[in-house]
Amino acid sequence: MPDLQVVATPSVENEGKYFRRFTPAQRYMHAVLFSTFLGLAGTGLPLRFSQSLWARKFAGGVGGFGAILFFHKFCAIILTLAFLVHVKDIVQRGILNREKGIFWGSTSMVANWKDAKDLFGHMRWFVGLGPRPQFGRYAYWEKFDYWAVFWGMIVIGFSGYAMWFAPFFAHFLPGWALNAVLVIHSEEGLLAILFIFSIHFVNTHLRPDSFPMDMVIFTGVESEEEFKEKRPLEYARLVEEGKLEERIGEKPAAWQLNFSRVIGFTAISIGLILLVLTLSAYFRE
Amino acid sequence: MQNASGHSISVNEHKFGSSIHGVLGCKNCHTDIKGYPHPDKIAPVKCAACHADQAQGLAASVHSDGAEHPCTSCHGDAHSIYPKSDPRSTVYPLNVPKTCSACHSTDGMAKKHGLDSVYPSYIDSIHGFALSKEGLLVAANCQSCHGSHKILSRKNPESPTNKANVPATCGKCHAGITENYLGGVHGKAVAAGNMKAPVCSDCHTAHAIEQPTADAFRMRSTPICGSCHTDKFSTYRDTFHSQLGALGGYVETARCWDCHGAHDVLPASDPRSPVNEANLIATCGKCHAGANASFVKYQPHANARNRKLNPALYYIRLFMNLLLASVLTFFVIHTALWLIRSRYDQIKRKAAEGGKNA
Repeated sequence: MPDLQVVATPSVENEGKYFRRFTPAQRYMHAVLFSTFLGLAGTGLPLRFSQSLWARKFAGGVGGFGAILFFHKFCAIILTLAFLVHVKDIVQRGILNREKGIFWGSTSMVANWKDAKDLFGHMRWFVGLGPRPQFGRYAYWEKFDYWAVFWGMIVIGFSGYAMWFAPFFAHFLPGWALNAVLVIHSEEGLLAILFIFSIHFVNTHLRPDSFPMDMVIFTGVESEEEFKEKRPLEYARLVEEGKLEERIGEKPAAWQLNFSRVIGFTAISIGLILLVLTLSAYFRE
Repeated sequence: MQNASGHSISVNEHKFGSSIHGVLGCKNCHTDIKGYPHPDKIAPVKCAACHADQAQGLAASVHSDGAEHPCTSCHGDAHSIYPKSDPRSTVYPLNVPKTCSACHSTDGMAKKHGLDSVYPSYIDSIHGFALSKEGLLVAANCQSCHGSHKILSRKNPESPTNKANVPATCGKCHAGITENYLGGVHGKAVAAGNMKAPVCSDCHTAHAIEQPTADAFRMRSTPICGSCHTDKFSTYRDTFHSQLGALGGYVETARCWDCHGAHDVLPASDPRSPVNEANLIATCGKCHAGANASFVKYQPHANARNRKLNPALYYIRLFMNLLLASVLTFFVIHTALWLIRSRYDQIKRKAAEGGKNA
């Protein structure tokens, strides 16, 4: 691969530097996303497994179902707003401002042929049958995360609001759909919870290259070494387009890192606890 | 003053005088005492000489084998017996539970016969509170249901607490409810001799009866119906109504009788049933304002595992489960392999750098 050569050459002037990967808006979006998601998971799971002991104890501790439902709906509204803000942002940038790289190209979230090749190449590398693929700005598993959440928000959101405002939705949904929305909501919610708390956690944070946590979503920056290692094509592209300098950021301050660690580890711990509770309740059903 | 065996034989003249037997002389009851000094052995007083009906009832009852004097166990001191309308009487309505509790409470005599300690259950029940807190004379006390002298085991078909007789027994006070009950499926089944159908006490219990509209009873209520209607209970549990209800603090979610009625439960085919198709909008509308014809097509007992009954739901659940299983299976394998490979590379790299392996 020709790109490999570009990467292998260290640019001396950028040594020890940090590069911006996420804008503050994207980091806040992730923060809103994971805190409301934890809230929704924490209040949704006791409902899904309402016969299990921990669900009842938890519900009793927080003031019963009234409190749980209130918090679930509260998080749902915040998450819905965040989703709408994101969609508005995409429409604004991609359609109204005709910004390049939103719907297509190496910075887009839309999957392309390279992602399919990367998936197979990556798996060949897992078992020692080929070289490790070179990833761009967003790797295939990151795109999958994004679209899983995107689809999940639409499906879970729609089915949730259909239950919340059932008599209203009954004006244009058949009766059996009101039964179906609970099945859809709970199964899709379960999938999201299991996926995020196991696959996303490991893929993004707990794997050896990032262990114990990839700080980039919290601080917005990553070291040049990490950048080149994890996303060589993106690095090469920036070098080629002469845009590397634009992306230089500041080394995160100690308080920023510590703060991120506290938040991040709290989130991951809550997620892992919920994962264990979910699995134990699921297999006991 | 004591007799040979050390028992007091003194009689309080005033107490006895004011008692219901105060007009009688000593010898009316102590018939074997003719003069002084008294005979060494004195025969027990035979209350039956006057109270023949009561004695006959008692002889046929579960209490017939009492070793103590059968009358004074309940009526108290023989020389201060009052009519049951007198608050001083041990069988005055407000005193009856206390009197029975001498044996029918924790560690009481009844325990020796393998009977439950019923007094604590009763005294904390809606009847017990009415009696102890409000002093309600009409509140059911022990003898309201069990009778007084001729108390029979509930296994005895003549007993007012025999399952077949329970509706009539409760109906002595709860006439309206009993009439509703007798018109419903449960009442008709019991009347027809189907003793699997519930009577009052099967749902409300016999002694620990609670205010049925209170939160505590609502929260515990669905398993009571579910203990017979197991299939309906399991499908109810799959629904939002149950999931909400199970977690507490949200007692208004629909329980069985909110939709089906409580005492006058009728089959859905009966036009008077609240779950008859014609009445669903009104029934669901009690909680769901704005419920329309499409809304009430919702199935509160849908079974997503049953392809024949709920095909749409069955396939949706199947699709969701397949989606869940395939996504997770793929990524668990993918990510596990990735973990192993990354760790392998990391160890190799660090070893090459001469560092430690971690």
